[in-house]
Amino acid sequence: MIINVARKELKSVFASPMGWVILALLMFAFGTHYLNGVNDYFAVMSGAMRPAERTGVTQFVGQTVYGLASFIMLFAVPLLSMRLISEERRSQTLPFLFSAPISLTEIVLGKFLGLVAFLSILIVFIAVMLSTLNIWADIDFGYIVANSIGLLLMVASFSALGLYFSSLTQQPVVAAILTFVALFALMILDRFFAGDPSNTLASLSLMRHFQSFSGGLIDTGDIAYFVLFTVTFLTLTVRRLDADRLRG
Amino acid sequence: MTNFTVEATDLTRLYGGREAVSNVSFTLSKGEVLGFLGPNGAGKSTTMKMLTGNLAPSNGSVKICGIDMIENPKEAKALIGYLPEMRPLYKEFTVDEYLIITARLHRVSAKHIKKAVEVAKERCGLAHMSKRLIENLSNGYQQRVGIAQAIIHNPMVVILDEPTVGLDPIQIRDIRSLIRELGSDHSVIISTHILPEVEIVCDHVQIIDKGKLVFNGPIEVLKRQRIGNKLLVGLRNMPEAEALLKVAGVMEVEILPAGFARVRFADDATPAEAIVAASVKNKWGLFQIAPDQTSLEDVFVQLTYQDQAVATPSVQAGN
Repeated sequence: MIINVARKELKSVFASPMGWVILALLMFAFGTHYLNGVNDYFAVMSGAMRPAERTGVTQFVGQTVYGLASFIMLFAVPLLSMRLISEERRSQTLPFLFSAPISLTEIVLGKFLGLVAFLSILIVFIAVMLSTLNIWADIDFGYIVANSIGLLLMVASFSALGLYFSSLTQQPVVAAILTFVALFALMILDRFFAGDPSNTLASLSLMRHFQSFSGGLIDTGDIAYFVLFTVTFLTLTVRRLDADRLRG
Repeated sequence: MTNFTVEATDLTRLYGGREAVSNVSFTLSKGEVLGFLGPNGAGKSTTMKMLTGNLAPSNGSVKICGIDMIENPKEAKALIGYLPEMRPLYKEFTVDEYLIITARLHRVSAKHIKKAVEVAKERCGLAHMSKRLIENLSNGYQQRVGIAQAIIHNPMVVILDEPTVGLDPIQIRDIRSLIRELGSDHSVIISTHILPEVEIVCDHVQIIDKGKLVFNGPIEVLKRQRIGNKLLVGLRNMPEAEALLKVAGVMEVEILPAGFARVRFADDATPAEAIVAASVKNKWGLFQIAPDQTSLEDVFVQLTYQDQAVATPSVQAGN
């Protein structure tokens, strides 16, 4: 049942040019950065004589691409998640889902998975693109896997937050702005506490938890953070929709 | 217990202290069509939302084929097909895509989806619209898609909120016959503003006003009230009222302008023939004689503006 809701969402993204355009534009951006990364690698490394200055090509190019990806997702996810519930609320299609034999949790999970599945396409593309480096170099696949997992978890958290804000309003644009502001605040939270990295608030920052993944490290603590973040906002969304049913 | 497809008990819904629906109870058996009437804001749609689990009742319970909507919402919802007032259509899809999604969400097994979509399209006259985007369909066709999505999984209970809104007369006729057809093996609940429609398609009528059920009974009761015991007689040479009163069975005469008279007769009498005979004999110049039907609107107004005497016995008859 969750799958069926997710399929509906995916279909709806691809039913309009929006889905295709976003995929194409983002891939274009990632591709350009990838290309620049490879060029820069040669420029930088030819100047780096001492072994300590040298980094692997995977890390060098990967950092550029994944760094951009995490930044771009900050804009892309709110744009994609804004419609999920608010649009249905506005065009009054929610009763369609509510009167089908599926629970609210299934509806929310389905919508969430639909969006994550769409974004996973990008993550897979990026991973495949970076893997092509293997044709002429010996790359570190572990690094790509860690980054992909990190990006997936981060995107999932973004989507969960976006879904929640989408459930609060009838206006997709409002949902997008709220999501963007919230995500941006969470991203740069640790900058405010740069002097005091052990601060509890600083460890709420999304960026901080992505950092270990971007270094190629899969830390269960960070995984737990992203999973908890996602679960929290999905639960809030379910509760919000349930309130619709109860309060009308 | 399980003979009833729909069992609503003491349904009450509060909106911030105000009762939108209060203590509505009724039952519906298989093969019945129930018409839901009421003025704007009477609580028709709210009741329907509660029946379909879109809204939690503040008090009372809904059982669909014996399954409680609050305790087992999934099982109960699987037995219902619902078309809300605002058609829940995803306009970016084609008719086929939309119906396939609906079928999947309503647990039609993968093997039968294609068949179910074909049947639903055929029943709603959509076969030639399969590949069109819903957005590009006319209002009437969109309405048909809405009905198609409500019946695609062959539900036990079909609930349609104002199904004939926005349709042309021929489509309305088709939809009505469709409702009748559905009513033969499912239970159907429709709400409408169009009173003659109720008369055509429904077996049972409920009139709801200010959240309260003011009438609940078979359609015959309503029809009887409607036809009543009056004749409208048109005479070119209108005699005195006394002359008309002399005709056997006539109880009361009311002379209207333009040569018409409204004649009330006793419940068991049929004075039409006697009036015609008297008219021929006395050269009154009869040019029209017809039952003077109280319009359903009048009955409706009468009921919604509180006629306890009528409502109370009928409610008993209905249960």
